[in-house]
Amino acid sequence: MKGKFRWRLVLILFILIGAVIYCFPTLVRETPSWWPRFFPQDKINLGLDLQGGMHLILEVETAKAVESAAERIKNDLKTDLKKEHIFATYLDRVQGDKIEVALLNPDVKEKFDAYRTEKYPLLQEVDATQAGDRVKVLLEMDPRYRKDLERSAVDQALETIRNRIDQFGVSEPEIARQGENRILIQLPGIKDPQRAKDLLGKTALLEFKLVDEEYSLQRALTGDIPFGDVILYQKIEDPKTGAVRRVPYLIQDKTLMTGDALKDARVSFDQNNMPFIALSLNPPGARNFDRITAENVGRHLAIILDNNVYSAPVIRQRISGGEAVIEGRFTLDEAKDLAIILRAGSLPAPVQILEERTVGPSLGQDSINKGIKSIIIGGILVVLFMIVYYQLAGVVADLALIMNLIIIMGVLAAFRGTLTLPGIAGLVLTVGMAVDANVLIFERIREEVRLGKPPRAALETGYSKAFLTIMDANVTTLIAAVVLLQFGTGPIKGFAVTLSIGIAASMFTAIVVTRFIFDSFLHNVRVKRLSI
Amino acid sequence: MEIIKSGTTIDFMAKRKAAFLISGILIIAGIVSLIVHGGPNYGIDFAGGTLIQVRFSQPVSPSEIRQGLTDVGLTGTVQRFGAEGIGEYIIRLQTTSSDLEGLSATINDALAKRFKGETVEIRRTEMVGPKVGKDLRTKGLQAIIFALIGILIYISWRFKFRFAVGAVAALAHDVLITIGVFSLTNKEFSLPVLAALLTIVGYSLNDTIVVYDRIRENMGRMRREVFEKTVNISVNETLSRTILTSGTTLIVVLVLFLMGGGVIHDFTFALLIGVIVGTYSSIFVASPLVVMWQKRFPAKGDKRRK
Repeated sequence: MKGKFRWRLVLILFILIGAVIYCFPTLVRETPSWWPRFFPQDKINLGLDLQGGMHLILEVETAKAVESAAERIKNDLKTDLKKEHIFATYLDRVQGDKIEVALLNPDVKEKFDAYRTEKYPLLQEVDATQAGDRVKVLLEMDPRYRKDLERSAVDQALETIRNRIDQFGVSEPEIARQGENRILIQLPGIKDPQRAKDLLGKTALLEFKLVDEEYSLQRALTGDIPFGDVILYQKIEDPKTGAVRRVPYLIQDKTLMTGDALKDARVSFDQNNMPFIALSLNPPGARNFDRITAENVGRHLAIILDNNVYSAPVIRQRISGGEAVIEGRFTLDEAKDLAIILRAGSLPAPVQILEERTVGPSLGQDSINKGIKSIIIGGILVVLFMIVYYQLAGVVADLALIMNLIIIMGVLAAFRGTLTLPGIAGLVLTVGMAVDANVLIFERIREEVRLGKPPRAALETGYSKAFLTIMDANVTTLIAAVVLLQFGTGPIKGFAVTLSIGIAASMFTAIVVTRFIFDSFLHNVRVKRLSI
Repeated sequence: MEIIKSGTTIDFMAKRKAAFLISGILIIAGIVSLIVHGGPNYGIDFAGGTLIQVRFSQPVSPSEIRQGLTDVGLTGTVQRFGAEGIGEYIIRLQTTSSDLEGLSATINDALAKRFKGETVEIRRTEMVGPKVGKDLRTKGLQAIIFALIGILIYISWRFKFRFAVGAVAALAHDVLITIGVFSLTNKEFSLPVLAALLTIVGYSLNDTIVVYDRIRENMGRMRREVFEKTVNISVNETLSRTILTSGTTLIVVLVLFLMGGGVIHDFTFALLIGVIVGTYSSIFVASPLVVMWQKRFPAKGDKRRK
């Protein structure tokens, strides 16, 4: 008996002290200097609903990535067919990601097929129809290749977004893939959600295109746009009134250079102390830029980001150093964010916001205060009730309850769990439910006492009879909690976590700990009547 | 101290008709309300939409907020949040915006323009796109179904099938009534409410199992008794515990409901209803159902197998 006692005491103390050590950093503002280095240092993570922050779910429009790949393939094919003298009367992208080719006659079709299977194995023929001599062929991408494209688009988007957030500077962000094409982003403590959203969601496709100066912009605006041109706008915001003016440009839709050519982008200031973005190009980009500027001296080169013209300066001379600038009427923050976006690279496809939840820090603090107040008041009421109802035995149950709360906090800290507002509610609920096991046991003991059993025997039978019931009752609650854990997200998950830990911890404290206290008490004191 | 004196014998089984009537009325009222309202009043988690919590430096009139929204071409409902005089409001819109010019920025500008000389603080925004809303609805339904199946399997394994039937019927009863009350009071059915429902499922079961456990134990001892009487004795024997545990849980849930703040108000309201209905159902629904099932399908040799 003695040896068994000692083991139980060691186990209980071990768990209690361990939990206290893990809780400690959370309970103090700063760990004191005497706190050993190898002891846990981490506070319990607070969910976004408590500390404030932003939760976003983005969807990568992978279809767009596939479309732009199809566009590239189409352009290559066009050039190649010309080179190979395979005569196509028509070649274009249709239905988003398919390519349609009309070939002069069946002979040409044969030549085309041979060429395609050799040089473009990723293109498959879906349909071929003959009208007169012409053969019309519909091509699509190999589904496996298409899947690869989609997957890599999401991977690349994830990478780019991670880069942007890293450079923006958010402490402990969480960025994860969710499902096939969704990205989950959690930014704790962010102050300016709109700015962060702008930063994350911009596709940031940087393009250099020439302005069409031979054709009248006025005529183009009436709808008469020359083939191969587009109208794009520059947004100019008046810094005083905030009114936005849109200036149209007629642009030749051929991309001369993209953001791929960038090596770096930094914010610099001109002589009027206005911020601008200084770009440095990588070696191939620099060579390309050198050629473009040499060939087009005197013309306007439009610098376009996501189909918005940022500036369209005149090329005064050939630029060989691989340096370029983007001017605009930026505020400092805008310039900084733009530089980050350009450095981090463009997204392979546009993203959409599917879900957004933002909690301001003041609301989070409110919730924490209210949650803590509820725990304290609810706790005190339950503790008092147990003492009034069960006297000394109630005190024992209360000790177990307090230990239960310490263990839950300790486990949360140890496993880096996250405490959310519903999680706090779960904690409060555990307080109410944790005493249940003790109520079950105590009611049983009372029944045994009524049957005339002596204290120790009554205790023994009470515990053993109540045990299975407690087990069954808790397992079913645990089933519900585990299901919640699987399906829930964010705050709800936090609730399921505290509830599950609470159930497990309460079984330990309510059964093992209280039993130990009773046993050691009965062992040392001769008791005639149980205070229960 | 004792609330329920030992030796209490209330004939719960005799009251089952009245109990079923009450339950039936509650469930039907809830279902009628659901039909009239065209389903649960889904919050933005499930229906998609936008919720914005704003705080003004001093109270303003909700209709003026609505006017401010109309100025920028938005329509939504405005509701006071928390106590009067704080100047805090919840704006709900069915619109969602997947692009970057977030709605919250638009609304912030609109309100700042409308209420000059007052500061507007956006304390919380939640935007759920229709796609995600649909996903969450499916997931939520799956969660409830999986939880019920898991519980059915566990109870069938630990007890007997007829107990599992009674338990799951009682759970369905609790869930239906809670959803019904939400519909009747026109409260929003949101993700936290779903979590509360699952918790109720677990909690109500907890109560039911304690009673069942006692029935099983007593069946061994009282082989000669009529099953109905055994059940009644068991319910009475566990009554004290049932009331006590429900009492302590109810205390803390009530504290949460009154002091936990507006963000989890609906969540705690669901728990409150659930705890009350759950306690009631384990006494008046789950146990009588086992008796009725036994009467309808008397299993041979049941009394022998423990």
